Amino acid sequence: MVRLYKTDNMQKTRIIKDKTAQAVMFALTLISILMVVVMFVGLYLKSAPVLEERSLWRLLTSSEWRPMKGEFGFLPFIASTLWVTFVAILIALPISLLTAVFLTEYAKSYVKKFVFPALDILAALPSVIYGVWGVLVIVPWISKHVAPYFMDFSTGYTVLAAGIVLGVMVIPILVSLFIEVFSSVSMELRESSLALGATRWQTTKKVLFRRTYPGIIAATVLAISRAMGETIAVLMVCGCVIGIPNNFLDPCYPIPALIANNYGEMLSMPMYEAALMFAALILFFVVLVFNLISRIVLYRLEKRLGS
Amino acid sequence: MWIAMLIVFGFVISVIWTVFSKGMKAMSWDMISKLPGGGFYIGKEGGFLNAIVGSLYIVGASTVLGLIISIPVVFFLNVYLKRDSKLAYTARMAFDVLFGVPSIVYGAFGFTIMIYFGLRTSLLGGIIVITLLIIPIFIRTMDEATRNFPGDILDASFSLGATRWETLRVVLRQIAPGIATATLLSIGRAIGDAASVMFTAGYTDSIPTSLSQPAATLPLAVFFQLQSPIPEVVDRAYAAALVLTVIVLILSISSRFITNRFSKNKI
Amino acid sequence: MIEVKELNVHIKGNHILKNVNVTLPEKQITCIIGPSGCGKSTLLRTLNRLIDTTEGVKLEGKVLVNGQDILSSDADVTDLRRKIGLVSQRPCPLPMSIFDNVAYGCRINKMFNKRRQLVYQVQKNLKAVGLYDEIRGRIRTPAARLSIGQQQRLCLARSLAVEPDYILADEATSALDPISAKTVEDLFVSLKEQYSIIMVTHTLRQALRIADHVVFMYLGEIIEQGPAEQVFHNPKEELTQKYLAGAFS
Repeated sequence: MVRLYKTDNMQKTRIIKDKTAQAVMFALTLISILMVVVMFVGLYLKSAPVLEERSLWRLLTSSEWRPMKGEFGFLPFIASTLWVTFVAILIALPISLLTAVFLTEYAKSYVKKFVFPALDILAALPSVIYGVWGVLVIVPWISKHVAPYFMDFSTGYTVLAAGIVLGVMVIPILVSLFIEVFSSVSMELRESSLALGATRWQTTKKVLFRRTYPGIIAATVLAISRAMGETIAVLMVCGCVIGIPNNFLDPCYPIPALIANNYGEMLSMPMYEAALMFAALILFFVVLVFNLISRIVLYRLEKRLGS
Repeated sequence: MWIAMLIVFGFVISVIWTVFSKGMKAMSWDMISKLPGGGFYIGKEGGFLNAIVGSLYIVGASTVLGLIISIPVVFFLNVYLKRDSKLAYTARMAFDVLFGVPSIVYGAFGFTIMIYFGLRTSLLGGIIVITLLIIPIFIRTMDEATRNFPGDILDASFSLGATRWETLRVVLRQIAPGIATATLLSIGRAIGDAASVMFTAGYTDSIPTSLSQPAATLPLAVFFQLQSPIPEVVDRAYAAALVLTVIVLILSISSRFITNRFSKNKI
Repeated sequence: MIEVKELNVHIKGNHILKNVNVTLPEKQITCIIGPSGCGKSTLLRTLNRLIDTTEGVKLEGKVLVNGQDILSSDADVTDLRRKIGLVSQRPCPLPMSIFDNVAYGCRINKMFNKRRQLVYQVQKNLKAVGLYDEIRGRIRTPAARLSIGQQQRLCLARSLAVEPDYILADEATSALDPISAKTVEDLFVSLKEQYSIIMVTHTLRQALRIADHVVFMYLGEIIEQGPAEQVFHNPKEELTQKYLAGAFS
């Protein structure tokens, strides 16, 4: 090493410390990144037995679920997951979008002082609490007040119940994502629209939404992936009846609930474990793809609007 | 828009009110200070101290582990790597993805690891899985706090002849509130997560005395007791839910308090 | 003395500095002038290798500090940076007390064994920038509470405390109010007896007031350099004449 000014051991130890720290930190970072790969491979290896026996296509499209006979058709669970997620987003999207617009474009600071903590609380509550709430409030409500209009009797443990609970759970996520997206639009842009005589709502519609629609979509996709993986709350209110739901008042049985409900018995039956791990793999894969796509869109957007 | 706002508030109030009104009725000192006695699950004596302690063990240990792993990673991404480097981009992407992975998948994955190593459901398993679960939360929250960190300060420290390692001290001081918020957020998530510990920590009526014993957790105490046909037991589920909610509310409120307050030396 | 020889800097494929050859004399104030975006700051950041923190940088050529090439891979960057202080455009006190700010560099470089020496060094340098009396009794309070002008002088004291040979200043007065700017400017003039100062400035008048040596840059190239007297009053290049006359800035 060329010593520029003075040579001593202290300087050397400092540099060695720096380099050692670098190596350790790099290793930690790399390991954490590799977690994604390790999880995928791990789940894949575990679900390999069932994949060897049945074709992927059959697993995904068959609705025959008889673990005792080794029949694993995931269609009912996939359909349930989609139904529940769809209802949840249908409920959460308009509420979150309006809330976010209100908070970024209209609200005075004292209003924000109340709304942000409220959203914090919604985001912080554990899913089991939402489950309790769903069981105590939403399920009876559906059973007594909603279902009678459509059918003779419903327990209330339905797609709708799961959708509502899940919808409430994703609201804080959606709002915070939307706020992030909206605040990346510069103030000048809004002002230049307002200066042309546009009203606030027109500005929101024409400038804000138009500039950020990829972000809005990406945020929604992210929320969808979140909703798909939610377990306990949904498990508590979904009814857990295997079958493809026909309408929003049918009971359902989403994938996470399937995994959680059967973890105890899965070691007792051949292939059952592999099938459940395959379910986890499906979830992981979908979430992975959704996340990657929407994150890339959000990063790009932030970059484009940021500078 | 006001309607949307009111709906949001309505949900918050409804959830909190439900939990409190149901929980207060069943709440008693015994609940949080006693272990389940004989016949607890048919409505006899006892409390769910086992679940409270189990949750504290798991959350405490994984928070410490999580911090030990994530602080170096955040520091590496922000100080050692050059600004907008490819590796940092990939890493952030990976953590975003990991953050989005559902806890049930973590649970399933943790379970496969445990089987691989020949572990049974245990405190250790719970700790490992919860640590994996909260690392992305830690990293993302702290990274956000650090990325807003003015690059000028790094430059200033470097130009005084500090190595990157020595600059850690300055960065730590600046992002202390970020670390605190991240910790509270992670604890909140860790204590409330049921799906992942279901597979890995199991459930038991006693307080674990070693890492290899199973451990009960609060969310699972709620979940299991709620399914009981006996009203007294269901009431206890509500009490447990109340305890859990109170803990989480305190965490949430104090994290907001910290971000507002804790910035004396901050620039 | 710093000699820059055939320096080429590319950042992400953009040619920022083109064949730069500069000699920066000792114990003088050298002002680097030129329109914004001409590579002044890049040149400055190359001199103490802070440029390393930028992604996608390619450096070619040599920068000799006291005869040693600091761009070579085995140069000790940490020690180099200690010997070349930097005062940035916006003052940026470290998030700690006033005392700790000045002591920071001494502590990491383990310059003193006794606390008394450290305290003396801090006081000496706070006096040198005229802060000592202003902040008497507040030396343990957070540096962020100082005014902007005071913060900038604190940053200067902090750089001086590690006993550098050179001080780089990147538009060090441009974020300050006129009175603070004047104070800081005067400080630089008084410091040139002991330190070699290299200043980037885009206010021509400031350069006129304090420069001993001037380097004029345009679009990444050195157009003209020499003693201030000659460059300002007798510029050889047409571009320099135009710039001095205010044809562009």
